[in-house]
Amino acid sequence: MNSIATFFAGNGGLYQPAPTLSAPAQPMAATEAATPAIAVETLCKKYGAHWAVDEVNFVVPKGWTVGLLGGNGAGKTTTIAMIMGLVVPTVGRAMVLGHDMATERHKVLKRMNFESPYVALPARLTVRENLTVFGRLYGVANVKQKIEELIEEFELGDIIDRYTGRLSAGQKTRVAVAKALINDPDVLVLDEPTASLDPDRADWVRGRLQAYQRRKSATIVMSSHNMLEVEQLCDFVVIMSRGRVVALGTCRELTEKFECRNLDEVFIKLARGA
Amino acid sequence: MIDSINRMTAMTARYYYLLRSSWLRLAELIFWPAMQMLVWGFLYTYLYDSKSSMASTGGILLGAVLLWDVLFRGQLGFSFTFLEEIWSRNVANLMMSPLQPAELAASLMLMSLVRLLIGTLPVTLLAFLLFGFNIYGLGFPLLGFFINLVLTGWAIGLVVSGMIIRQGLGAESLAYSVMILVLPLCCVYYPAWVLPLWLQPAAWSLTPTYVFEGMRSILIDGVFRADLMLECFALNLVYLTAAFATFMLLLRSARHKGVLLTMGE
Repeated sequence: MNSIATFFAGNGGLYQPAPTLSAPAQPMAATEAATPAIAVETLCKKYGAHWAVDEVNFVVPKGWTVGLLGGNGAGKTTTIAMIMGLVVPTVGRAMVLGHDMATERHKVLKRMNFESPYVALPARLTVRENLTVFGRLYGVANVKQKIEELIEEFELGDIIDRYTGRLSAGQKTRVAVAKALINDPDVLVLDEPTASLDPDRADWVRGRLQAYQRRKSATIVMSSHNMLEVEQLCDFVVIMSRGRVVALGTCRELTEKFECRNLDEVFIKLARGA
Repeated sequence: MIDSINRMTAMTARYYYLLRSSWLRLAELIFWPAMQMLVWGFLYTYLYDSKSSMASTGGILLGAVLLWDVLFRGQLGFSFTFLEEIWSRNVANLMMSPLQPAELAASLMLMSLVRLLIGTLPVTLLAFLLFGFNIYGLGFPLLGFFINLVLTGWAIGLVVSGMIIRQGLGAESLAYSVMILVLPLCCVYYPAWVLPLWLQPAAWSLTPTYVFEGMRSILIDGVFRADLMLECFALNLVYLTAAFATFMLLLRSARHKGVLLTMGE
């Protein structure tokens, strides 16, 4: 576990994970198990003269949840977009389940899914229609049954036949997360998954994500501005600023290292250039 | 292969759901071709009733209008179906799914055909009922004209969609205007020899010119020009291949530029 669970930062620093972190629950073939879920290697993205992402490195073992933190313009969304293969890196590469996302993304997309506030589901389709379309796109074996499961799990019963565009922001987020889980992805990428939810619903969604992660031993990469959420969900945290990784570790390690009471304070301290 | 068909079926279902969600969308598909046909139909009636030397041109004009609409609506159907994805901010969802670009293109082609048939079939019947003009009188060649014009519409739609992916909604107006740009050179309402000599090669490089020359040959001389039909088809295959390559290049360029995630905002 330790050999594949080694995180390394762009500045060359190595990190050995805390031994208490759990390994994936599902047994896997030796070669499959040896491949990290995500490997980001010397990842850089340049827009014009500006480096949006500058030499970012980290490895995410299977079954881990990693939080990507940073202020606005820190490079989180660009990093996530490169992990998903939606953006081609200028230098370096993002590997998911052993495949380079710039050139081989089609081999792994069936095992991934994502949710982002930048993206919406078609407004003029009902929730059921949207889930049906995406279920079929992802090759889900029994789409109807899967949708019934999602209706139950995400309490979508009262909105399932309503147009997606007529839902509240919170309901849309619930539907988007349900869509993100429709193919039981091995790798789930979430961009601020609870951004538009009230604290109660946000906690509820976090609970669903946590349950899914435990049930499927899925790997989750998420960006968030909600430090409580990160502390609750993430095994490991990568903090970015101006396109670079400025700190990484478990929540406890980061609070100890920066002598703060919580991750919120760590974030503020780093944002203010400490 | 089965996976690929399933994904195209899913996309077709997505566009079917969209169409059935609003009767206004359906009505709009018929509205514009019907209005255009009415205007030209009345002109056809006027020319026919005036018994002037222009009387015989009325049928040619109406035939040209109906076939031009096949090209125009074919392209518009392709581009607008794609624009629906941009407007609904759904592009990243599709690009992140296992859907391949060729499967997306095939789904857009199929939907363009469906929209085209919804729009043009009632209008051809209307032309017959109101003005006694039977476009189906062109016989079997009509199918060839239709296929060639649809292929051209798809080729242009692919390039327009690629431009929209690359440039964002700033390129949206291309969907409306690109056909008007090529209209003078397509020789829809007049033969190619009317154009200045130096423009004629440009006209003959465009596939619609072959179709409209072929149509006039049938309506005026009663002769079916198989040579024009085959040349047009060959040219269409080249253009369609080039258009798909351009679409892929522009999609790749959009991934380098990093616009896919925020597309539609």
